[in-house]
Amino acid sequence: MRVRMIVNGEPVTAEAAPRQHLADFLRETLGLTGTHIGCEHGVCGACCVRLDGAVVRGCLTYAVQADGARVETIEGISDSGEIADLQAAFTERNALQCGYCTPGMLLSAQELLSEIAAPDRETIRNHLSGNYCRCTGYHAIIDAVEATARARAEAKR
Amino acid sequence: MSQPPLSPLDRPNSYIGRALPRPNLARLLQGRGQYVSDISLPRMVHVAYLRSPYAHARIVSIDAAAARAQPGVVAVVTGAELAKVCTPWVGVLSHMKSLKSAPQHAVAVERACWVGEAVAAVVAASRAEAEDAAALVDVTYEELFVVADMQAALAPGAPAIHPELGDNLAFERRIEAGEVDAAFASADAVAETEFVFGRHTGVTLEARSIVADWNAGEARLTVYQGTQAPHMMQNLIAKHLGLAEAQVRIVCKDVGGSFGVKVHVYADDMATAALAKMLRRPVKYIADRVESFLTDIHARDHRCKGRVAVAKDGSILAFEIDDVTSVGPYSVYPRTSAIEANQVIGLIGGPYATPNYRGRTRVAFTNRNVMSQYRGVGHPIACSITEGLVDLAARKIGMDPIEIRRRNLIADDAYPTQSATGMKFEALSHHAAHDKLLSMLDYPALRAEQARLRAVGVYRGIGFASFIEVTNPSAAFYGVGGARISSQDGAAVRLDAAGGLVCQTSVTEQGQGTEAMVAQIVASAVGAPLDKVRIVLGDTDNTPYGGGTWASRATGIGGEAAWRAGVALRENILKVAGIILQADPATLDIADGAVIDAGKRPRVGLDEIARIVYFRPDTLPADLQPELIATRHYAPKAYPFAFTNGVQASWLEVDARTGFIKLLDHWVVEDCGTIINSQLVDEQIRGGVAQGLGAALLEKCLYDERAQMLNANMADYLVPMAGDIPDIHVGHVVTPTAESNLGAKGAGEAGAAGAAASVANAVNDALSPFGVTISEIPLTPEIVLRALGVV
Repeated sequence: MRVRMIVNGEPVTAEAAPRQHLADFLRETLGLTGTHIGCEHGVCGACCVRLDGAVVRGCLTYAVQADGARVETIEGISDSGEIADLQAAFTERNALQCGYCTPGMLLSAQELLSEIAAPDRETIRNHLSGNYCRCTGYHAIIDAVEATARARAEAKR
Repeated sequence: MSQPPLSPLDRPNSYIGRALPRPNLARLLQGRGQYVSDISLPRMVHVAYLRSPYAHARIVSIDAAAARAQPGVVAVVTGAELAKVCTPWVGVLSHMKSLKSAPQHAVAVERACWVGEAVAAVVAASRAEAEDAAALVDVTYEELFVVADMQAALAPGAPAIHPELGDNLAFERRIEAGEVDAAFASADAVAETEFVFGRHTGVTLEARSIVADWNAGEARLTVYQGTQAPHMMQNLIAKHLGLAEAQVRIVCKDVGGSFGVKVHVYADDMATAALAKMLRRPVKYIADRVESFLTDIHARDHRCKGRVAVAKDGSILAFEIDDVTSVGPYSVYPRTSAIEANQVIGLIGGPYATPNYRGRTRVAFTNRNVMSQYRGVGHPIACSITEGLVDLAARKIGMDPIEIRRRNLIADDAYPTQSATGMKFEALSHHAAHDKLLSMLDYPALRAEQARLRAVGVYRGIGFASFIEVTNPSAAFYGVGGARISSQDGAAVRLDAAGGLVCQTSVTEQGQGTEAMVAQIVASAVGAPLDKVRIVLGDTDNTPYGGGTWASRATGIGGEAAWRAGVALRENILKVAGIILQADPATLDIADGAVIDAGKRPRVGLDEIARIVYFRPDTLPADLQPELIATRHYAPKAYPFAFTNGVQASWLEVDARTGFIKLLDHWVVEDCGTIINSQLVDEQIRGGVAQGLGAALLEKCLYDERAQMLNANMADYLVPMAGDIPDIHVGHVVTPTAESNLGAKGAGEAGAAGAAASVANAVNDALSPFGVTISEIPLTPEIVLRALGVV
């Protein structure tokens, strides 16, 4: 089927098989390999992307469901500068090791930070509980998200 | 333990020990890394493996006609056909005398021995088409007997999975030290229990992945693989495909988690490499999540009877254990499936000065998935048994768990020494680590809180676990057993024409921060700014020969090679600088990218030296040929392993009505010797702890009586998520190894070693008012409620 969508601000028209999920479409058809595949059954969160502003699992969304939608991936929100401060905090705190969960983790964290200005650690932990990281034990990730939240709150004053 | 006096490490603007951010993280943070799953090559095809639905079955026939006719299908290849291209292997090591196994093929020939073993390969233009066609391959199976678990495997008269081996006993080892019977006879108290450990697996977020590309024109195979040991894979792929090593290149870029899972030879990987050679084009294989659960190595799965003898004064007189573990139908190649059991029996009692020890371990073949080394390799088992027994002994004589440890841990001034099992310790710091731990948590306050809450029906507990960790393995681990797994590593450091440094190293990166570690060492050794150092790794064509990153060895061994190469390059540079500056090189040094004189004044930049050497050699003396590259290798030899040590503590709450356990706090003190980057060490510890917490509370591969895995997906095999675990506090004691200049030991497995033991001890501490002891992990609500008699 022919699908049309806006991916990272760019209009895209491409063929997508009815069974192809959005993560495979982004990776294989568009070459946007920053959206990772971890479990393909909606548990691990590595494939998180934004669909019309909401963070969804790329593996639980068919590409055809995104027809007419606005899709944003880690590449897009990196280039726009939207999460530059969060990425810097992840670097500073070593909140990633292998980096495979990181794109999904950043999307989920940014979703939280855009909803709640000053989340406490437990809120951050709960919000990120749909994103599996085997490397870090999460402590550093929570630190980085918390630090970003504080810095953003500070900047708004 | 105090830091040694000023050492060669104390250089001007040294980066050793600093918590600096890792270089090159931007690409991972922007989703612009290159994992194997991201690689796409011209003419690349995809393979799907058809897998046995039976744990043990004869393959009567395979009809692939319908599959071959499917759109996009390039080939359907059976085990017998693939065996013409790829020879089978046997996972044994000659120094593990009783270890036996049978030949394993890349794709099963005649017989499948576990659920998930590949029986045919289907290659097509896309993975989806390959899977579509695989569904049409008609395999006729004849079901055979199933050896479902370790008890069945070792039962008298049990049928042997491999009849030519006689029985299902893959490996057995006994250790007897001191006067065990006399110690038990003279004890004031004896405690015993049976420990049960669930079967776990690594659950790397990126599954195992490989792209193999045979170039018929070059007669060369390039393998892109997420692996911890590129040179090992080069050797083994060449060996089994009948190629010279020079015909195989392994390229390892970003790796989405390893933890030991990606250090083994998998049948799928060998088959994919063979298919590339057979089909003369690139072939890609990425395991899906179900395949990962069915074929990634599993680990643990032990049942161990343990006894401890103790005197009234708290002296632990003896340990006695009888351990059994069930591996799969084959010993994994080339590191075997017996190392974990061997570590268990060798490490038990390791922190303590107890001289009397009797141990037996048996490794049983079963028709479950294969087992091999996973982060911690035997340590979590040995630590849980030892620390569980120590707590039982303390309870028997009414002694505080801290106190009994204080009385029995090897004294910090007793080194060098060895354990009852013969493990050699250069220098450990158990007592200093305990002191440090008690400075990080308020033990009396926690006990007071525990007592206060018990009165209102809230059950909290604190548990401790001292541990030792094998790091920096010498050739004693694998090399002496005949495996071509290098225990040495190399580094080549060169000054490039613009004044930057490039270091090629044989240790690899899977996210631990290897690049950062090597860069900090090289920058410090030479005297260059950190941002001028570039690291090249993960490519057998472009790095020195070496072992890679596993067994907590990259810093202690690869880092030492990098240090030595950096020092040698500095000497080479200063020789040239001495001539340029008309000065004695011995009066010169390099700091912050410039040669400095005895007054620490910058005299000439490294960029200027490079310019003169590379572009104006005519201005240098005729008899001087500068060498602006230096290569050094390093292998530890004085000790078989550089042991580290530490202690963990867990504070948690058990809900006696639901059986749920809430982790409240966790502390670790460890001693990995010289710390290169304190943040990276802390994160290794935390990551290891998290895996240990998963083992303690959540993770278990469930099998039924037909050896079918029941929870081969991430919805049913539970791993720790962010909300499941607490912050993890990490402290350090520093006892460098004297064997190397750096003094660094490993830190990759310390967290995993003791986390589950401290949790189990904390749970039993919490439940002490109920008079029950649980010695099984994972500590699921069901296990807790059964112990409490609720269900």
